[in-house]
Amino acid sequence: MLTLHDVQAGYGRTTILHGINVEVRAGEVVTVVGANGAGKTTTLRTIVGLVRPTAGRITFEGEEIGRLSPHEVVARGITLIPEGRQLFPFMSVRDNLRMGAYTPHARARMAQTLDEVLDLFPRVREKLEQHAGSLSGGEQQMVAIARGMMARPKLLMFDEPSLGLAPIIVSQVFDVVEQIVRTGVTVLLVEQNVFRTLSIADRGYVLENGAIAMSDSGAALLRDDHVRRAYLGI
Amino acid sequence: MDTFVQLVLNGLMLGGLFAIISVGLTLIFGIIRLVNFAHGELLMVGMYLTWIGTTQLGVHPYVLAPAVVLVLFVVGLLIQRFILQPLLEARDAHVQIFATVGLSTALINLALLVFGADLYATPSSGVRDSIAIGPYRILVGQLVMFVCGIAVVAALHLFMERSYLGRAIRATAQHRAAAQLMGVDVKRIYMVTFGIGAACVGLAAVLVAPIYPASPTVGTYFVLTAFVVVVLGGMGSLHGAFIGALIIGLVDSLSGFYIAPDLKEVVIFGLFIGILLLRPTGLFGLGRGSE
Ligand SMILES: Nc1ncnc2c1ncn2[C@@H]1O[C@H](COP(=O)(O)OP(=O)(O)OP(=O)(O)O)[C@@H](O)[C@H]1O
Ligand SMILES: [Mg+2]
Repeated sequence: MLTLHDVQAGYGRTTILHGINVEVRAGEVVTVVGANGAGKTTTLRTIVGLVRPTAGRITFEGEEIGRLSPHEVVARGITLIPEGRQLFPFMSVRDNLRMGAYTPHARARMAQTLDEVLDLFPRVREKLEQHAGSLSGGEQQMVAIARGMMARPKLLMFDEPSLGLAPIIVSQVFDVVEQIVRTGVTVLLVEQNVFRTLSIADRGYVLENGAIAMSDSGAALLRDDHVRRAYLGI
Repeated sequence: MDTFVQLVLNGLMLGGLFAIISVGLTLIFGIIRLVNFAHGELLMVGMYLTWIGTTQLGVHPYVLAPAVVLVLFVVGLLIQRFILQPLLEARDAHVQIFATVGLSTALINLALLVFGADLYATPSSGVRDSIAIGPYRILVGQLVMFVCGIAVVAALHLFMERSYLGRAIRATAQHRAAAQLMGVDVKRIYMVTFGIGAACVGLAAVLVAPIYPASPTVGTYFVLTAFVVVVLGGMGSLHGAFIGALIIGLVDSLSGFYIAPDLKEVVIFGLFIGILLLRPTGLFGLGRGSE
């Protein structure tokens, strides 16, 4: 479904990704793990078009998308739930969710999607009329995920959805991610919580200094000595 | 007492005009984060267009409103697309501001070249007729400005709150990258925003032309006042611009009578500096946006 082929990317003259190869097949849950600054966020931003690849190819459903603008990538069915939530703070939660369904494809089915999404997030339903900026961190993360789902994406990408949240909330976020996975959406997940992430992932990539150091099934990576030492502290 | 009420009426009517000009300015500032120093020259362009249309076609200036508004909308789109957007990609917001200053100078000189420094009064019938409300009088032209001011602000408010495009415009202002992640084409949003800002000035131009003659530098007076309004109301706030416009209209009218006509600009700019000192975010300013 999504293929990154020797993708190089960076900011200005600094290259961050040094030719990475990643593949996500339809229906899979794939994760990219790596230390702080390894380039995980850069990878996701490159896929969605916020960062331009300087070399290599990105294809989605067989079409080259590496030169497209973000709105064109989103229109093809890729949605990124960004690191740090990035809600529209002075808009109501409801308007944030409406923005999630901005593409024509999503807009046409907005009422139905909203119902489905709110069933998954009963707490969000209670806060619909509140300003997004006034919610707690955990609530904001739930809204960010709900907003991403409003797009009805074919590929949903999460960037550290549990970042900065209390342990109980982290657990709730993972429950939600697992529920979304069960609906059959293809998922690309970047997380610091390596153990729980690898447990739900079909396959994982280990990103080190902007290069793929290793890739295997989630279960195999969980058993791997290097992964255990470097990312699980065992 | 009668004089006072009459002056208040005059001030409110003038405020309606300031509202139309200021709302465009504050929109461009709030969304694109750009101080448009060419705003006044867009007004000037609209006034010459009105003069040309009126004299060539022999119609009442008000009839030209849809056409002038449309032309300025397109001019705004093109300025954003071909002048400001390439500069934005060059990644320096200051360069954009200099570009609007340059555009302003270029338009003034173009007008001097084409029309010379003469004043062009737009012929119009009925605009200066007065309507009696009890002992007070207002000009038809003033009343039209006031009504249009309210209508423009109300329409923009509804557009921003209720429509998909309006929501996308607000979203872009609040978090540009996140708006892109929702599938918003930010370049298009900026073009539409600049277009709407310019279209507002187009309407203002049609309303001003019958009352105030067009000249190359006519925009300066109105837009300097609009800058005061925008700062008073809170940069980027629509309803702030509306309230600010009414206040400045009142100050203009009252100080012109009670202090001295020659000093009213001094009073307005004194107020301007006072606001900046006491409440830099204006009456309705939110302070900084996120990002
Ligand atoms: N906008 C930017 N401009 C310049 N350099 C950047 C920018 N964003 C990230 N970087 C640099 O790129 C490198 C990779 O950053 P990235 O955010 O992709 O890492 P990450 O793997 O997501 O890290 P984390 O786990 O901390 O989120 C870092 O060295 C970072 O300093
Ligand atoms: Mg990151």
